Amino acid sequence: MSEKVLMKGNEALAEAAIIAGCRHYFAYPITPQNEIPAYMALRMPMVEGTFLQAESEIASINMVYGASAAGARVMTSSSSPGISLKQEGISYLAGAELPAVIVNMMRGGPGLGNIAGSQADYFQATKGGGHGDYHIIVLAPGNVQELADLTIRAFDLADEYRIPVMILGDGFLGQMSEPLVLPKPTGKKFDKSSWALSGAKGRDHHIVYSLRLTPEHALEELNIRLQERYAAISEKEILFDTYRADDAEFLLVAFGTSSRLCRNAVNILRKEGIKAGLFRPITLWPFPYDELEKAAEKVRMVLSVEMNAGQMIEDIRLALGKDKDIQSYGKMGGVVPEVDEIVEKVRSYGTR
Amino acid sequence: MYEGLIFAGFGGQGVILSGKLLCIAAMNEGKHVSHIPSYGAEMRGGTANCSVIVSDDEIGSPLVPHPTAAVVLNNPSLIKFEPRLQPGGLLVYNTSLIDVKPQRTDITIVGIDANDLAQAEGSSRAANMIALGLLVKKKPDLCSLDALIKALDKAVSARNKELNDINIACLKKGYQAG
Repeated sequence: MSEKVLMKGNEALAEAAIIAGCRHYFAYPITPQNEIPAYMALRMPMVEGTFLQAESEIASINMVYGASAAGARVMTSSSSPGISLKQEGISYLAGAELPAVIVNMMRGGPGLGNIAGSQADYFQATKGGGHGDYHIIVLAPGNVQELADLTIRAFDLADEYRIPVMILGDGFLGQMSEPLVLPKPTGKKFDKSSWALSGAKGRDHHIVYSLRLTPEHALEELNIRLQERYAAISEKEILFDTYRADDAEFLLVAFGTSSRLCRNAVNILRKEGIKAGLFRPITLWPFPYDELEKAAEKVRMVLSVEMNAGQMIEDIRLALGKDKDIQSYGKMGGVVPEVDEIVEKVRSYGTR
Repeated sequence: MYEGLIFAGFGGQGVILSGKLLCIAAMNEGKHVSHIPSYGAEMRGGTANCSVIVSDDEIGSPLVPHPTAAVVLNNPSLIKFEPRLQPGGLLVYNTSLIDVKPQRTDITIVGIDANDLAQAEGSSRAANMIALGLLVKKKPDLCSLDALIKALDKAVSARNKELNDINIACLKKGYQAG
């Protein structure tokens, strides 16, 4: 299947999940990601999978826990307010070392907010939305092709590290249709026989749990193991992209939908002879600190462009320290930044 | 080339399909394309619209605040989108259903009797195809008429495929009227 097709982001993601071997999907509807459950309702029966619309977001994340404990490739999806409801379950998945893929097509907040695309859940996704010392891998696709490709990768990462993986898109990415070539399955196999609840006949029983009262230090040992795993992920799994950044004097930093606007802005600025470039983190956790530091070494100014009040900018500051001039440009509440405004922000800086 | 387009009408007039059809046709001719429906809190019987971009370059924002062309099929859509057109832009409007007169003097305005022309081919439901045929005649950079006809099979859902002969006839008729 190398034919180019036009697909809506939400549907491309759902089809990619099926290609990746996901056969269990549990969710509760919310705009702007409803095409995912609609697509799964249609497609899962065709591949002998399970689609189940749960009674709530909380129920669906706990169904994910159950299916994952049994060794299944499983996914849930929602949008911002629904993801908030799932946070308890995500912490439990992390504590039980269970793989799962969770999709957040972000919408405007806080509260019920609105249904327009937004990037205001960066903190929630990358800094631990639930309780306890844990991380999840966070992937931020910038177009429909990448949305599908990263969905395939998300399932492999989840299984390899026994960790929840979040695909952090937004309402615009979910709703827009673009050409893509549907990805192929990676064919990677993961042995879950040492822990999955697959029936204990002829062996000792397995227990999947996150409550560790005894023995003494059991919970500390789990935490140490998790931290070692997070260190390994940070070492090996960082993804990022740059665009015209090699000789840039002005470096825009943006992820997902806002990075698309920045690409346009970079092209306009370059035409005017202003050396602008783009650094785009694809993994938001682990964040590409070292890679950004290297890319920003010679630049005069760094501009963080986000569809929020400025959240990723805190990670940019961690990467670059106090000496670098780091500016912020963002729009809140589901408003998309204007390319012209990004251009003007750099232009006015460049001529002063 | 870059064209940012709006297709607008009431729910059921096939404006979303028009946009998708154009995207698939232009994609198959090597263009970058994007399509995004408005999914705001619309009323039943209210306006439906989608934003389409066809470009030689990679597409940034899929939104089209100031279209280079708009295809409007009912009164509320004309009122909403005429003011947003870029100066020099193209307005294609459906004179079968629109009794409001466009006001702008700095844009190209083309009226077409889309419903009646489509009815003459067998179904007024294909009024969108009349308008789309006309659009690609006026904006030949978007895609060819042939590409539109070939893309119908991919764009139209199975239950509506029986209308494709009428759709083809209407695309051609709109094109010839342009």
